[in-house]
Amino acid sequence: MDFSSPPYALKEASVTRVMTRVLLALVPAIAVYVSVIGPAILVQLGVASAVALAGEAVMLRIRGKPLAPFLTDGSAVVTAWLVALVFPPLAPWWLVAVGVLFAIVIAKHLYGGLGQNPFNPAMVAFAVCIVSFPALMSQWPNQGLQLGFAEQAGIIFGFLPRVDALTAATPLDALKTALKLSEDNVNVASLLADQTVYGHFAGRGWEWIALAYLVGGLWMWQQRVITWQIPLAFIGALGAISGALWLYHPAQFASPLFHLFSGSAMLGAFFIATDPVSSATTPRGKLVFGAGAGLLAYLIRVFGGYPDGVAFAVLLMNLCVPLIDLYTQPPIFGMKDGQ
Amino acid sequence: MRSLFKFKGGVKPPTQKTQSVGEPIAAAPLPSHVSIPLHQSIGGTPRPIVQAGDRVLKGQKIGEADGWISAAVHASTSGTVVHVGPQVVPHPSGLAAPCVVIEPDGLDTWIDRQPVDISALTPEAIREALRDAGVVGLGGAVFPTHGKLTASKTVPMEELVINGAECEPYITCDDLLMRERAEDVVRGAALFRDLLQPKRVLIGIEDNKPEAVAAMAAAVKAAGEGFEVVAVPTRYPAGGAKQLIRVLTGKEVPAAKRSTDLGVQCFNVATAYTAWRALAYGEPVVSRVVTVTGNVERPRNYEVAIGTPFAELLALTGPRADTQGIIMGGPMMGFLVPDAQVPVVKATNCLIAHSTALFPPPPPEMPCIRCGECARACPHELQPFEMYWFSRAKNFGKTQEYNIFDCIECGCCSFVCPSRIPLVQYFRFAKSEIWAREAEKNAAESAKARFEFKQFRDEREKQEKAEKLAKAAAAQAAKKAAEAAAQAGAGENPATDVPALDPAAQAEAAKKATIQAAMERARVQREAAQPRNIENLSPTQEAQVASVDARRSDTGENENNQ
Repeated sequence: MDFSSPPYALKEASVTRVMTRVLLALVPAIAVYVSVIGPAILVQLGVASAVALAGEAVMLRIRGKPLAPFLTDGSAVVTAWLVALVFPPLAPWWLVAVGVLFAIVIAKHLYGGLGQNPFNPAMVAFAVCIVSFPALMSQWPNQGLQLGFAEQAGIIFGFLPRVDALTAATPLDALKTALKLSEDNVNVASLLADQTVYGHFAGRGWEWIALAYLVGGLWMWQQRVITWQIPLAFIGALGAISGALWLYHPAQFASPLFHLFSGSAMLGAFFIATDPVSSATTPRGKLVFGAGAGLLAYLIRVFGGYPDGVAFAVLLMNLCVPLIDLYTQPPIFGMKDGQ
Repeated sequence: MRSLFKFKGGVKPPTQKTQSVGEPIAAAPLPSHVSIPLHQSIGGTPRPIVQAGDRVLKGQKIGEADGWISAAVHASTSGTVVHVGPQVVPHPSGLAAPCVVIEPDGLDTWIDRQPVDISALTPEAIREALRDAGVVGLGGAVFPTHGKLTASKTVPMEELVINGAECEPYITCDDLLMRERAEDVVRGAALFRDLLQPKRVLIGIEDNKPEAVAAMAAAVKAAGEGFEVVAVPTRYPAGGAKQLIRVLTGKEVPAAKRSTDLGVQCFNVATAYTAWRALAYGEPVVSRVVTVTGNVERPRNYEVAIGTPFAELLALTGPRADTQGIIMGGPMMGFLVPDAQVPVVKATNCLIAHSTALFPPPPPEMPCIRCGECARACPHELQPFEMYWFSRAKNFGKTQEYNIFDCIECGCCSFVCPSRIPLVQYFRFAKSEIWAREAEKNAAESAKARFEFKQFRDEREKQEKAEKLAKAAAAQAAKKAAEAAAQAGAGENPATDVPALDPAAQAEAAKKATIQAAMERARVQREAAQPRNIENLSPTQEAQVASVDARRSDTGENENNQ
């Protein structure tokens, strides 16, 4: 007789189910990515997934853990996809592999594997690579890739030369550079009017991907995979500070709309800052965590040295999680104020 | 319509109740024997007052309450006592406990049932009568009912809550009881009302039982009472006393307080029913309604004699061939009994024939991903995943900081956990470890206190002895001195005047010296005793530590095996 413990009735739930939903929620954005930028991202997703699973398998072997339940839990693939999505689409395959391996081996398994990593693995990968390979990490196509799938894959795998003309800076980076170079002569509104770079509101092509992240994120919320606190606080804080500075000096600061839909703001708000393992867990703590990440992302991207600030913002907030959780413990049943 | 409150958390497992409500409550046939555990309620274990060979009648007291928080137990049928001693009882441990085993004579002859004139009794006498009739909470907690029927001295009673929520899946015994015997339930509620004098009586029933709601409302009307019958939203664990109180009154009873401190008290409908039967019909608690369901052909509710073996009861419903084990209680808080021969007790509200098709074993435990689903499901608004980390790390102080003793073990957290962590098991482990440690600490402290007192007593005795000796020596010295003085006085001694003081001074000095010596001895002994104190206690402490460690490593192994 199997003396498993109560409760005997269990909801249908598993880590795999959670992770699968995260992957599904990324699918709309990937579809938009393929259509507006190019199918290179599919190659990157494939490379990243394969490397992540291989790295996961090796680490599980070394740590003496069973392979099957952990390789099928989906967490390594989620990390892989996030790494691929925050790297430039034509980054060489080995750069993506280095990022993914760093995420899986160092950020995840050396800290104890699934559920134990204090830092978001995909963001660790991004931070490591942008510090180590700044040039390669800054080459972004500013419009759809005018190349066939074979050529895109060829560039990624190094069979074809990297054509510099294909790559430029991201809209965020372009705006920052333009503002820096032109001192006081130019204003944001006239810069953003250039739709070949900045699209309709936040970067040609990229804005639609960001919108698709938003849609996927809302679906995850509806599916109870994530809660509303972190995305809302992230978007709220980013919107508030960018809005305040935009109102203060519209010629020097871009609008909240631009900031919310450029870079990895939407991806960060719904898919990265919400990583349950490395983010705050209490309802109030999530608000603090999300708001902190949104605020830092803005400060780094506008006043810092990097084109986007989401990765560093999330990592910095990851550092604060134990403290945030400790000081935001909710009152328990029967122990609330006024009782 | 009363406006309701919400409790946070909770889950909605499939209710699985329709299977067992098709047929009315049936009387289960007399079993081959009844094995009646003496300890069937919270509190003391009643003393057996029968022995093997005694003839007993149905309703005859066989166990006397041994304190105020205790309740009598009675023979559930007429027959012969064949054994008084340890028998297997429904507890997950499978341990035996003292039982009275009766072989029925088949006649099921009642004692002379004497209805009690309630109006003539003082509240004190009514509470005593309930204790002697073995009335305990039948919702599952089996707390002696009379112990809950005293209002707080400082807080006026506002609400009396009668719990007919029955939130656990599969269980329908309260539903059927309310449908079929609403009148007696209402009279029982009125009895509690008379004792507690609340402003309002609220009967809470989950809204998935419209027939019971209607029957109770009709019975309340027929009885001319002003009780409110309230349909509460179906959400597990709405039937937890604290959750139902919250839903009906908005009050949250913290773990450290009694509900009467907030002017509210809660009883299960079956408790109200048995209380009324006990007083108005003179029938002590010798049977209860039990839902028999799960992997069986004919799920149904039975009125079952206390002490009936599970196997015999289950057989009435036709368990299917793939049945593996029996769950007592519901699928959320119940447990698999270690032996199908365990008897039905007052806490047995439901038997579920278990099969792996019905309850597939959970997939292997995965690491916690801190998703927080458990915290969102916890009706007591705890952070189960934090308590889990600390339970696992055996950091029990931290588990208490995260309020582990507010956990009601409802199972909502385990129910939703995507990593399939048996969270409730971890919390039970942590709680029992904390209790064990406290017991050890108390034992060690009292041992130390006893030892120190013995030391003090030994020393005091030695000192007294030394003083006595010193006194005796002084007396001797004084006597000698007096004799010497007498002799000297007889002869003409020029130094008479000065040495005349000598004997007294000598005696004084001798006395002082003796006391000094005694004190010195005592001090040396005390110092010598001090290290011995550590040497003596150390092995016991080491043994205690070793036993704790052994237990730890055992549970550690179990964890790894899971």
